[in-house]
Amino acid sequence: MNYNWDWGVFFKSTGVGSETYLDWYIAGLGWTIGIAIAAWIIALTLGSILGVMRTVPNRIVSGIATCYVELFRNVPLLVQLFIWYFLVPDLLPADLQEWYKQDLNPTTSAFLSVVVCLGLFTTARVCEQVRTGIQALPRGQESAARAMGFKLPQIYWNVLLPQAYRIIIPPLTSEFLNVFKNTSVASLIGLMELLAQTKQTAEFSANLFEAFTLATLIYFTLNMSLMLLMRLVEKKVAVPGLISVGGK
Amino acid sequence: MEFDFSGIIPSLPGLWNGMVMTLKLMAMGVIGGIILGTILALCRLSHNKLLSNLAGAYVNYFRSIPLLLVITWFYLAVPFVLRWITGEDTPIGAFTSCIVAFMMFEAAYFCEIVRAGVQSIPKGQMGAAKALGMTYGQMMRLIILPQAFRKMTPLLLQQSIILFQDTSLVYAVGLVDFLNASRASGDIIGRSNEFLIFAGLVYFIISFSASLLVKRLQKRFAV
Repeated sequence: MNYNWDWGVFFKSTGVGSETYLDWYIAGLGWTIGIAIAAWIIALTLGSILGVMRTVPNRIVSGIATCYVELFRNVPLLVQLFIWYFLVPDLLPADLQEWYKQDLNPTTSAFLSVVVCLGLFTTARVCEQVRTGIQALPRGQESAARAMGFKLPQIYWNVLLPQAYRIIIPPLTSEFLNVFKNTSVASLIGLMELLAQTKQTAEFSANLFEAFTLATLIYFTLNMSLMLLMRLVEKKVAVPGLISVGGK
Repeated sequence: MEFDFSGIIPSLPGLWNGMVMTLKLMAMGVIGGIILGTILALCRLSHNKLLSNLAGAYVNYFRSIPLLLVITWFYLAVPFVLRWITGEDTPIGAFTSCIVAFMMFEAAYFCEIVRAGVQSIPKGQMGAAKALGMTYGQMMRLIILPQAFRKMTPLLLQQSIILFQDTSLVYAVGLVDFLNASRASGDIIGRSNEFLIFAGLVYFIISFSASLLVKRLQKRFAV
C-alpha cells in the first residue's frame, strides 16, 4: 500500500469524456447548493407556519404542530430519506407512480425525494426556533397589540413575527448550515452531490487524501462564509434594546 | 399497495443483533466523545493561547463538515494511517473506523457542551479552590467539573439521543446496524416497505421516550 501524493490530481482528466476531477466537484457542489436552497425554502415556509401554530392559544392547532415536530425530530434523517425515496412513491396513485418511477430520470426523482425529505426534516427544527423566538418576546408586546385592537393574524404578522425573526437569526443560521451538511445523505440514494463526487474521485484517482481534503475545504469554506455573512445580517437587523442580540 | 407486517416476527433476532450494534456504536461514541470532548474543553479554556486555538480549530473544523463525510473518509483512510504509524498492514473493519469517526466527531459537540457547563459555574468556586491552595488539576477535578457535569447532564443526554439517530449513517460503509439489518431482512422477503416503517417506528419510540425522560430530568436538575 504505497501512497503517491499528488495535489495536482484535480486538474487531471478523469478518463470520462474530457472532464477533470475539478469539474466533478463543481457539478457536485451545484447539486449540494441546489438541494440545500430548495429544502431551506420549504423548511422556512412550513417551519414558520408550524412555529406560529405552536404558540397559538388553541389546543388542537398547537397539538398538531407539536406532533409534527416530535415525529420528524425523533426519526433518523436517513430513515426519513428512505421512506421518501422508496416507500412514498409506492403509495402514490398509479399514474403518478409511473411518472415518478419511469418518466423522470433517476437523478430528478432522487433530487425531489431529498428536497422533500430535508425540507420537512428541517421544518421541525425551524418550527422550534420560530416558537422560541415568539415566546422570547416580552408579553407586553402581545398585550399592547391586543389593546390597540389588532386581530390575532395582525398581531403575528405586524408585531410578533418581525421581532421574532430578528432574534432567531443565529439559530436559524446554524439550521441553514445543518441543511448544507445534511445534503450529504443524498449520496446514499445515488445523487451525485459533493460527497458522492468526492468518493468517486477517491476511487478513480486513488488519491484518497487529496480528494477528501478538498471536499472538507469546500464544506468548511461554505460554512464559514455563510456564518460571517449571517453575522453581518444579524448586526444590521438587531432589535435595539435587547441584550440577547447584542443590540445597542 | 397492501401492507403485510407478519414477516417481521421471524426476523426479530436479526433485527435485535442490528440494534445491539447500533447501541454499541452509540455507547462507545458517547463515552469516547465525552472524554475527548472534556479534554478539548479544558484546552479551549486554558490560558495557553496555542492550546486553546488548537482546540478551537478542531471544534470549528468538525462542526463544519458533515458526519457522513467523516465516516466515509475514516473508513477509507484509517487503514492507510495505521500502516504509516505501525509500518505493517493492520486490517481493521468498518466497526473500528466508525467508532473512531463518531468519537472524534462527537468530541467537537461535547466539547462545546462541557465548555458552556464549566463557564456556567460561578467564578467564586474557582477563587475558593485557589484560596484553599488547590492546583489547577485538583480544582478542575474536584470542584469545577463535578458541578459542571451535573448541570450539563440533560444536554449531554440530548446529544446522545442525536448520536443514536446518527449511527444509522454507518449504512454508508455497510455496517449492519439496526437500519441496515431492517433493510436487509426486508429485501430478502420482498417486504422492504414494511420493514422500513417498522424501523422508523422503533427509532421513533426509543428517541421519543428517551427525550421525554431527559425533559423530566431537566426539571429535577433545575437549580
